[in-house]
Amino acid sequence: MAAPAAGTAISVDHVGKTFRLPRQRYSTLKERALNPRRSRVFDELHALEDISLEIADGEFFGIVGRNGSGKSTLLKCIAGIYGVDRGRIAIAGRLSPFIELGVGFNMDLTARDNVVINAIMLGLSRREAHARFDQVIEFAELGEFIDLKLKNYSSGMLVRLAFATAIQVDADILLIDEVLAVGDAAFQQKCFEQFFRLKRERKTIVFVSHDMYSVERFCDRAVLLERGRMVQLGAPHDIGRAYHKLNFGQLPHEPSQGGSRDSAAGEGEAETEARTRIADAWFEDVNGTRVTSADQEEPLAMCFEACLGVDLADPVFAATLRTELGHTILVARSDHGGASSGSFAAGERVIARFDMPNWLTASRYMMTPSVAAAGTGANALALVEDMASIHVLGHARGGILEMPVDVRIERL
Amino acid sequence: MSDGAPAVHRVHGPSALGGDLRRFWALTFTLARTEFKLRFYGSVLGYVWTLVRPLLLFGVLWVVFTVIANVNHSGAGGRFPGAEQFRGAQLLASIILFTFFTEATGGAVRSVVDREGLVRKVRFPRLAIPMSIVLLALFNLCLNLIVVFIFALAEGVRPQLSWLELPLLLGVLIFFAAGVAMLLSALFVHFRDIQPIWEVVLQVLMYASPIIISLPTVLAYVESHHNPHAVFKVYMLNPLVTIFQQFRHAIITHATPTPMEAVGGWGIPIASMVLVVAVFVVGFAVFNRAATRIAENL
Repeated sequence: MAAPAAGTAISVDHVGKTFRLPRQRYSTLKERALNPRRSRVFDELHALEDISLEIADGEFFGIVGRNGSGKSTLLKCIAGIYGVDRGRIAIAGRLSPFIELGVGFNMDLTARDNVVINAIMLGLSRREAHARFDQVIEFAELGEFIDLKLKNYSSGMLVRLAFATAIQVDADILLIDEVLAVGDAAFQQKCFEQFFRLKRERKTIVFVSHDMYSVERFCDRAVLLERGRMVQLGAPHDIGRAYHKLNFGQLPHEPSQGGSRDSAAGEGEAETEARTRIADAWFEDVNGTRVTSADQEEPLAMCFEACLGVDLADPVFAATLRTELGHTILVARSDHGGASSGSFAAGERVIARFDMPNWLTASRYMMTPSVAAAGTGANALALVEDMASIHVLGHARGGILEMPVDVRIERL
Repeated sequence: MSDGAPAVHRVHGPSALGGDLRRFWALTFTLARTEFKLRFYGSVLGYVWTLVRPLLLFGVLWVVFTVIANVNHSGAGGRFPGAEQFRGAQLLASIILFTFFTEATGGAVRSVVDREGLVRKVRFPRLAIPMSIVLLALFNLCLNLIVVFIFALAEGVRPQLSWLELPLLLGVLIFFAAGVAMLLSALFVHFRDIQPIWEVVLQVLMYASPIIISLPTVLAYVESHHNPHAVFKVYMLNPLVTIFQQFRHAIITHATPTPMEAVGGWGIPIASMVLVVAVFVVGFAVFNRAATRIAENL
């Protein structure tokens, strides 16, 4: 392959990486001296084989796979932490050498020292690092805490500082390994917010995870690795399906794919028409008006409009309500209590409506609508994460629900 | 991109120097400075603590070997009468230099492995880690040398022209320590018993260098026994002997011989300097070879 095409940030060309694992690991000089020849026997572990992909400028790219599939190895090869054994990797632009947020932070040092050390690791000179320092602190909004030791920082302050240092040197390409695996829910939420901002700034980000939820939420494209080989490269949603198939040995039901692909080759529109999809989702108040905010205790309805791609008997319509942190509050399903939703023909449009009392505590909530074929409801025909949101106004007394409670105190 | 397409470059694996000396130096200096700062952070007496150890060692050695055992007594000089002039300053100078060598090499052994988190997660010139340890030891050496000079002046040593040799002597010592540090830190990744082995070697080196037992004392012993000249030559081959003895001669007193005078020729001192260069070259080669794979071998 020639030089990467314009607009390509990272070009990975037939890359292979093999680890040599000594069959018997001698970790001391004594053992090595006593067994001079036996240690030459190696097991070869092909961590990566023939990986080729191009990541476009400004793309948010996911690498997913199970444990040991080689996803972190690929990231480390791109970062230059591991050398590759075969093939080549080329990048355009400045690459952040960090693959994890806050790596190299020393908790016993102040933010000032840590920022300078990190900047120097990124390749700045000492003078440049000091010059950039103010920008970083301003960006992280930590002005008054610069001389505080990091061990006294809150998790939110840490993540702001970590992000600010990671992107401070105008790194065009960021590599991030499982950020979301660490930290509490609030920390993760901070990460999400920063991700969206980076995405708006058109940074190229390569993101390794085995959490399909975050990959589908952020990534423009993703690749699925298994045993060091590329299984599939494409839209995060499709990768998610393939990943679930790998994990659970089943593919979420996909009725439209086989036949329509062949018959409607090249006609993209026909293909999407044949698929079940969710056209719209919203919240309604008791008068049937669409709302984006609602008062506590005013009844509320979750609604969505779906277009059915195939004939369906008893499909399951469901709406999942989650908090901003991703905690599921409620799953409302049309088959609740054994109810049947009826039979539908391909092409029919349906509005599903879930009325409920509003006992939610004051906060923001997201609704995820889905349509599934009859059965467990797990095989989603269509599902859009966090399609609609609602702001609930009122009390927040500390719990996640503000249920009506009768209080009685009796004197004995 | 506002300024057109950025330059496309190929990603290589990590290396010892990372192809950018400026970045390597900035990183080495920052790591050493950070460590130095951390060591004194929140400690009221700060720097005093790093000085206490060599001074205490000096006190013990002085009492045991000079006052009680009377090693290096004034009559032991043999061919070099008066070589034991300023015995205290000579002993302290050697202890401080050896402390540097111990800190630099002993500290470097585990350094790369101990910074595993960094090595596995960040691409940076790997050599910065052991070199920052050497640099940190150098910071301490510079501070400790001030004490040596104060002590020497108090004992009666007067400034002389040969003090100009100081940078050269320190340069050779640093060069030697850096070579050993590279070699050991790279080997430790594979051989974890390097650490206890090196500790023993350091113990041996302490007695095989002119620290407690001065070179004139060794020389007088050798000359009165005739036979072990081969052993003496091996002793003189130790670069630390050449450096320490030249330091004692040039900085403390001309009454003690130069290594050349002691061994009666330039051959062995030059050979010991060749050894320094050889250790550095081998150390760098070994580290450079290991650097690309350190992250995966940890």
